[in-house]
Amino acid sequence: MSPAVRAYLRSPAGMIGLLLLLAVLGAALSAGWLFPRDPLSLAGRPLQWPGQNPRLPLGTDNLGRDIASFIFHGARVSLLIGLAASAVAVGIGVLVGAVAGFYGGWVDDLLMRITEAFQTVPNFILLLVLVAVFGSELSVITVAIGLVGWTAPCRLVRAEFLSLRNREFVLAARGLGMRDARLILGEVLPNALPPVIVYASVVMAVAILLESALAFLGLSDPNIASWGNMIGAGRSVLRAEWYVSAIPGLAILVTVLAFSLVGQGLNDALNPRMQVAA
Amino acid sequence: MTASDDRSGAGRGGLNRPRDDTAPLLSLRGVTVRLPKGADRGFALQDVDLDLAGGEILCVVGESGSGKSLTATAILGLLPAPRVRLERGAICFEGEDLAAVSPARMRAIRGARIGMIFQEPMTALNPLMRIGRQIEEVLEEHAREMRREDRQARVQALLQEVGIPDPPQAARAWPHELSGGQRQRAMIAMALALEPRLLIADEPTTALDVTTQARILALIKDIQRRRGTGVLFITHDFGVVAEIADRVAVMQTGRIVETGPAGQVLNAPQHPYTRALVAAVPPLRPPARGPATFGPPVLAVQGLEKTYRSGGMFGRRRIVHAVRGVDFTLRQGETLGIVGESGSGKSTVARMLVHLLPADSGRIALEGTEIRGMARGAFRPLTRRIQMVFQDPFASLNPRRRAGDLIAQGPAIHGLPVAEARARAAEMLALVGLDPASAGRFPHEFSGGQRQRIGLARALAMQPAVLVADEPVSALDVSVQAQVLRLLADLKQRFSLSLVFITHDLRVAAQVCDRILVMHRGEVVEAGETGPLFAAPQHPYTQSLLASVPGRGWVPPAGEG
Repeated sequence: MSPAVRAYLRSPAGMIGLLLLLAVLGAALSAGWLFPRDPLSLAGRPLQWPGQNPRLPLGTDNLGRDIASFIFHGARVSLLIGLAASAVAVGIGVLVGAVAGFYGGWVDDLLMRITEAFQTVPNFILLLVLVAVFGSELSVITVAIGLVGWTAPCRLVRAEFLSLRNREFVLAARGLGMRDARLILGEVLPNALPPVIVYASVVMAVAILLESALAFLGLSDPNIASWGNMIGAGRSVLRAEWYVSAIPGLAILVTVLAFSLVGQGLNDALNPRMQVAA
Repeated sequence: MTASDDRSGAGRGGLNRPRDDTAPLLSLRGVTVRLPKGADRGFALQDVDLDLAGGEILCVVGESGSGKSLTATAILGLLPAPRVRLERGAICFEGEDLAAVSPARMRAIRGARIGMIFQEPMTALNPLMRIGRQIEEVLEEHAREMRREDRQARVQALLQEVGIPDPPQAARAWPHELSGGQRQRAMIAMALALEPRLLIADEPTTALDVTTQARILALIKDIQRRRGTGVLFITHDFGVVAEIADRVAVMQTGRIVETGPAGQVLNAPQHPYTRALVAAVPPLRPPARGPATFGPPVLAVQGLEKTYRSGGMFGRRRIVHAVRGVDFTLRQGETLGIVGESGSGKSTVARMLVHLLPADSGRIALEGTEIRGMARGAFRPLTRRIQMVFQDPFASLNPRRRAGDLIAQGPAIHGLPVAEARARAAEMLALVGLDPASAGRFPHEFSGGQRQRIGLARALAMQPAVLVADEPVSALDVSVQAQVLRLLADLKQRFSLSLVFITHDLRVAAQVCDRILVMHRGEVVEAGETGPLFAAPQHPYTQSLLASVPGRGWVPPAGEG
């Protein structure tokens, strides 16, 4: 374990990403303590520029909501959506990919055709359909984002399983009389996981972006303080009071960048072939 | 040191390539290569001195990690800079110090004056270029003035010279269309294209079958004789050394411990390391065995068949009969060898025996129970009775499990309480000569030989009646191989194990097996007791196999153990 940690610490991308991620995490954790009031409630006169009012450091939006409070509380929502949606996506992907890759043959054919069916529909369109059908509560949106994002991890896991399933150590375990479930979970999966973990960080970033895009279109849950919601709200005043959209946009940028950089760092740490080059 | 200074000085003086027969073609003096910090030793090569005369074959022999391949890399100026660099020393080739020449000059020498042959001809050839074109490319690079037709004629002549049947056809072929032996011949043709004075061959026959190996060795020897090329031949195999070497240099951890004429090093080695290495080479003559006293049959195989079909609805359909009508009986306490070259079906048989591969037809009776066609669930309890040991000590252990868990998981699957399974794992580790305290270590913390012991312990922890060993020592160095074979013999005796031992190495088979099946293209061509089979092989294929064993005329002197 420790060489991987050391490799991660040596990766500049990974360290910057980790610091940014800690900052976002810090914002999410301190939101309730720094801004105890409901971020959706009226905080003052609408459309105050940042710095104009010392009580509202980042100003207010067109509904008079405190942008700083919104950003801090929004970090919670974004992280929650990122984690939960990628858990759903990776969960489904690992399950389908593992079964397809491990058994091969017609099982693989069938599961891959289903995967392709999902892949041929553009992600966002599928997401819009799901939200249109099932509503726009936070939980539904999270699951829907997971449902549109599982195909890539699935293909990744399947490829790993295909290359691992006939390795001698798996055959040896099979020769010991191990059952399939144990072979998959205990022998193959742990060796297939490193690239999936790396990819999970990308899925998280994509999940956050998808939620923001939905919110921008006004299709996300309106009762939560999500960054996308604020960008959507600022759309109508984009020319004059651009900061209403720009500040949450910056927050999204930082968070997505943090996840991508962490992913790069994890890749450096978990992929020993890349380490040589470093 | 003074001698080395003299030599390199003289080398720099004579740039016009003196054709002096007394001066060696290649001489290395005090060549030292430092390894980057954190490597397992400070120097990859330390004060290596070598001399190679024109028309001579010098074998550099050593175990893995001895620095023998790096010596070749250093001569060619292909060390993986900047981490690994030539620290000091002179590499004198035809009067030039290669350690001091410019990279441009080095490029001109490589390929033109020094030819190279590598171990794996598939990876050394460009898969997207026809064979003839690849050889032509060498000519283009180094002999620009040559006309296109001349080049192509030269390619044909070269392919002819290395004994490729139908050169025009071979020149048009893609690398994957040739067999391993043909590819190696093409590589040799490429290396010879510019008539180099020195040929460096790094384990050129290690990836080849024994009969192919014999032909390639004969070819190299023939070229050396006809053209007077000096050959630096790197190998780990003393049989090959006995077959081809004029002189031998033995390397151990980056140093040359012994050099001398082949006969002397092979038959009267001086250095203790050489003596140990030579003693570890299994003689080709089977040891005398007493009258066979084996128990009842534990494994009876009849008419075993396996056919692979490839190609789908549209492509060309290919049918490969991997195993055809194999019969044998294994009695308790017996070791049955299955020998053959790659593609003979021997590993397929092994996998069918342990139910890792379904057989198409035939019977496999394990202690009287018919196991062929059994459902996997029904076979599961029987895995306790038949276990397998795999070839690759690196691939056969899950890198994420500790040694103790690897051994304990088998018994645990079959219902032994975890504490008892762990106790048995510790017991097994001790049995195979490892410290039971090492149960908490991961596979990568063990050496190749130790890993193979763990694999053996894992199989034995199930207390099987039959052990199927698929090339269990082929990936190991010769000294480690001897230890593992000794352990296997000892364990077999103690537990009256019955063993199916699969190998391509006839030397190992001669020492280990009571009876032998010779497989060729999926069929058993000859079967019999080891002694008579080695003394008087009946089938032409068996005869050619035995005639191809490198160094078959050489009997390694017995070591003092």
